[in-house]
Amino acid sequence: MTDSALLRVEDLHVTYNTPTGLVRAVSGVSFELGREKLGIVGESGSGKSQTGRAILGLTATGGTVSASRLEFKGTNLLNASERTMRQIRGRGISMIMQDPKYSLNPVMTVGYQIEEALLVHNRTSKRVARERTYEMLRAVKIREPERVYRAYPHEVSGGMGQRIMIAMMMIPEPDIIIADEPTSALDVTVQLQVLAVLDDMISERGMGLIFISHDLNLIASFCDRILIMYDGRVVEECTAAELDRAQHPYTQGLVNCLPRLDGGQDELPVLKRDPSWLTTPGATR
Amino acid sequence: MIDIQGLDVVFGHGKNVFHAVRDVSLRVEKGQSFGLVGESGSGKTTVLRALAGILERVARVSGAMTVADETLLRHRSQSFRRRVQMVFQDPFGSLHPRHTVDTILSEPARVHKLDRIEERVVQALEEVGLDASFRFRYPHQISGGQRQRVSVARALITGPEIILLDEPTSALDVSVQAEVLNLLMRLKREHGLTYILVSHNLAVVAHMCESLSVMQNGAVVETMSVQQLREHSSTMPYTQQLLTASLGYDRTAIDAFEEFG
Repeated sequence: MTDSALLRVEDLHVTYNTPTGLVRAVSGVSFELGREKLGIVGESGSGKSQTGRAILGLTATGGTVSASRLEFKGTNLLNASERTMRQIRGRGISMIMQDPKYSLNPVMTVGYQIEEALLVHNRTSKRVARERTYEMLRAVKIREPERVYRAYPHEVSGGMGQRIMIAMMMIPEPDIIIADEPTSALDVTVQLQVLAVLDDMISERGMGLIFISHDLNLIASFCDRILIMYDGRVVEECTAAELDRAQHPYTQGLVNCLPRLDGGQDELPVLKRDPSWLTTPGATR
Repeated sequence: MIDIQGLDVVFGHGKNVFHAVRDVSLRVEKGQSFGLVGESGSGKTTVLRALAGILERVARVSGAMTVADETLLRHRSQSFRRRVQMVFQDPFGSLHPRHTVDTILSEPARVHKLDRIEERVVQALEEVGLDASFRFRYPHQISGGQRQRVSVARALITGPEIILLDEPTSALDVSVQAEVLNLLMRLKREHGLTYILVSHNLAVVAHMCESLSVMQNGAVVETMSVQQLREHSSTMPYTQQLLTASLGYDRTAIDAFEEFG
């Protein structure tokens, strides 16, 4: 992965100044993303979502982002103007959030919101936009695009809402999609069906995906490569197939503490946190 | 220990009628852990709530329920409420934000007019692996895993025989989940408790339980032993699909998924 990299992140830091002192949400994360599915896995508070948001310049007020490099296809995102960032968000990099209930506008129809995503970035007529929207809804396996086009977000199920989110994020044809727990609120079968839609579109269009999740099994079976985060840092990087042979004790602990369908009912090994994980550099690259 | 026959739960009236549970029957022996699995809206939590007797005001519940030779009436007896306790999914929503851990734990003891309340509180905390210093903290001052331990301690205070567990670990990180599951297993062994565990996670049920029922659209699809679940010897296509899905992402398997409704 040298020239094919869409995104380069080097030594990314996100800090929050709070009344009780400086909180380091992300401290020194580096990775490159090509046209692949990259998983970021970690427990709550590990900084995985903060990493995703920092890339898009969506860090909450009060947070400071710094990095020695944060580049999308040669554009430096760190000092990009708000105007440039608006061009990149949606068209270059877009983000799928966890819960469609909170991320879709409740007082606008589904069709209007998807069309808007297209019209912001492309000059086309309303008629063409509507056709593209139907096409997109069909692509995410929605059976009656005309009906769903006119529906409001509360009229669709969770699984369909998430497909609508995917349609909305895909329609400006971005190079990178950041999906932050995109299917955690869904039932397992629906979750897999939604992921299959995402998977097919990503491989057809040759996009890059950053998939952020706490679900180790899901990431290992869905992604090509995995970053394991702990306390704001990447402690280990491995290919998805090699997760069972992970080296870092934290990764091993996470893998082992999951109950297994085929396992017995013996006591589950409990993760013992070692303070040295907070200081020794991660096993990246 | 627990016997439910032909349980029906209906919410709403007229046009807004919703039949949440349809003709559910199940038996749980003393000292057993029984799993109820299913997707959202399958009625698994409603069965648990109907058994606990907290649905009478909001729904029409019919069917025969017996717990330890006591036939359950519309109004549960005081002894039932002492013997059957519940642990809820969300450790943030199920503890009173303005009550200290001490108040939270002593309330059920006071309601049931138990003696030596302070002693019981300290002992219950100890059993769930928290030291006495937690007594005077508020829920927002402790972590999610510790909160769930407090919920378990609250359930233990009255010396119950049965604990109803509604997705007790689904809001927790996996490393914390392992700790809470170990705790529940240990308490069951030490106190000879009987559990009904509601979960959407087949692996958690396989780890905790001896047998389970799979629910869908308010009805039981299949009841089987965990051994049968492990061996994938289920005969029902719905159960098989749930099993396949719980094994992780497999692009080719997903195309074969069917809609069950």
